[in-house]
Amino acid sequence: MGKRVAVVGVGMTKQRSSRPDVTGQELINEAVRAALEDAGISRRDIDAVVIGNMDHFEGINYVDTWSVDGSGALMKPIMKLTTGGTTGTTVAMAAYYHVASGLFDRVLAIGWEKNSESDTTGAIITAFDPFWDRPIFAGAVAGLALEATQYMHLTGATEEDAAYVAARERRHALNNPYAHLHINLTIEDIMNSPYLSWPVKMGDMCPRTDGACAVIFASEDVVDEFPSQPAWILAVADRHLWAYTSDPYVNQALENGWWFPALEWAAGEVYDKVGIRDPLKEIDVAELYLPYSFAGLRYMESLGFCERGGGPALVRSGATDMGGECPVNPSGGVMSSNAIGATGLLRVAECALQIQGRAGDRQVPEVKIALATGFGGCFWSDVLLMGREMPEKPRG
Amino acid sequence: MEDWRKGQEIVVMEGRIKVPYRWAAGEVGTRYLQALRDERKFLGTRCPGCGIVYHPPRRHCPDCGRECAEWVELGDRGTLVSYTVVHRHHPQLSPLPLPFGYGIVKLEGADTGFLHLLYEFGEGELEAGLPVEAVFAEEREGSVLDVRYFRPLREVG
Repeated sequence: MGKRVAVVGVGMTKQRSSRPDVTGQELINEAVRAALEDAGISRRDIDAVVIGNMDHFEGINYVDTWSVDGSGALMKPIMKLTTGGTTGTTVAMAAYYHVASGLFDRVLAIGWEKNSESDTTGAIITAFDPFWDRPIFAGAVAGLALEATQYMHLTGATEEDAAYVAARERRHALNNPYAHLHINLTIEDIMNSPYLSWPVKMGDMCPRTDGACAVIFASEDVVDEFPSQPAWILAVADRHLWAYTSDPYVNQALENGWWFPALEWAAGEVYDKVGIRDPLKEIDVAELYLPYSFAGLRYMESLGFCERGGGPALVRSGATDMGGECPVNPSGGVMSSNAIGATGLLRVAECALQIQGRAGDRQVPEVKIALATGFGGCFWSDVLLMGREMPEKPRG
Repeated sequence: MEDWRKGQEIVVMEGRIKVPYRWAAGEVGTRYLQALRDERKFLGTRCPGCGIVYHPPRRHCPDCGRECAEWVELGDRGTLVSYTVVHRHHPQLSPLPLPFGYGIVKLEGADTGFLHLLYEFGEGELEAGLPVEAVFAEEREGSVLDVRYFRPLREVG
């Protein structure tokens, strides 16, 4: 096994509903320049670039080539990745793999999206199977509504429980100058917002955002070159489920008693690798890809923060608020900013800032271990565990 | 079941994906297109580090990364770097009557090439290094097609 890897530089644009003042390349460049400055290096020091977004959101294929002006990847190895909502965490994991392999010492990971440039749901439809899914429905909201309905049926969770999560995310976002939504929505505001697809309301959902994020990963061999404290990658894992909307829950998942197998298995793998037994107590902060409010209940259970069905009681206890046992999404999370290709990478960037003690007003005290997740497509999951202490050996 | 294929063609679902887009030109692109539309002027940006004048303009130098804040007015004449001539008409795709060309033009004062259309040239007239000039559209709306095409430079008087 190869090298141990740390995050040594972070750059992000302010997340906004629309950035007509810049092109996609220029938006990417804002984040890249910020990350290079943060790491105290120049583009010439970067050995390879990994970039990700969803092609259909901007209608630009060949983003690897097209973005070179912004990414600084001129005459460098570059790899472009698209995995739906997990794109940003996939980019982070691919950059990690590059460095962990020992072949590259300093790798720049970039996630970006200009969701203002297309019809987001129209574009998401192109990710669905043309024969089995699209004639019935496709897009983000309806699929999540099916998940929410099933969760309410199985656990007795309520729409108000979900609204608690949505209100928490928007409240946390007020501490984050980079967040897109700075609106202090109450549970009542969310309950009064219009239904998009029952039981999911406008206030339960993430926004559409323009934004970019860049993160620099470095090998243990060169980590001392960088000014800030390294935020080490302790372990990563990802799991993908089946292809069709109806697969994971309606049939196999229920019969097998599974909850969210992709997240459970990926989280279980990183916990095993690092030796985490009680994640709620041992993890100091979590930046989770919660695309809508009900995920903030159900994922708590899949991540082992509580028993199945215990999500509503856990979040209502305040354990996931700032000052709680394990604050979830001090940044305001995905329900406050969702430039889709950047979203997963922002989770990793936020965890790094928390570990380095540089998260400003959203800082959680004394973060030693942080958890980042990505959610995408037909319910698949990326999980990264990060920490302040260099791991004893590379863990994969 | 063994005979189900007899006389049965495979079902094929037809679809057409049409997603509307609205691409922002950004501040740099907008300033460029504004000058093209309102003043019939080509603008480039100069890198303070390399000295390269980019046309079309770049906000940051793709080579050294510096901000290219200096705007440079370029000529509407230039040199043909490379070209091809189109001899086949396509009703939806042909922008000009046949024969027309596609070319890369390096404008006076610029260090980089500009992709555009070529027209009003004689058979065998095009060659790399040929001086060319821009022909502007009468009605301009802020697009690179505010220049209709480039043609071989006609010496006046």
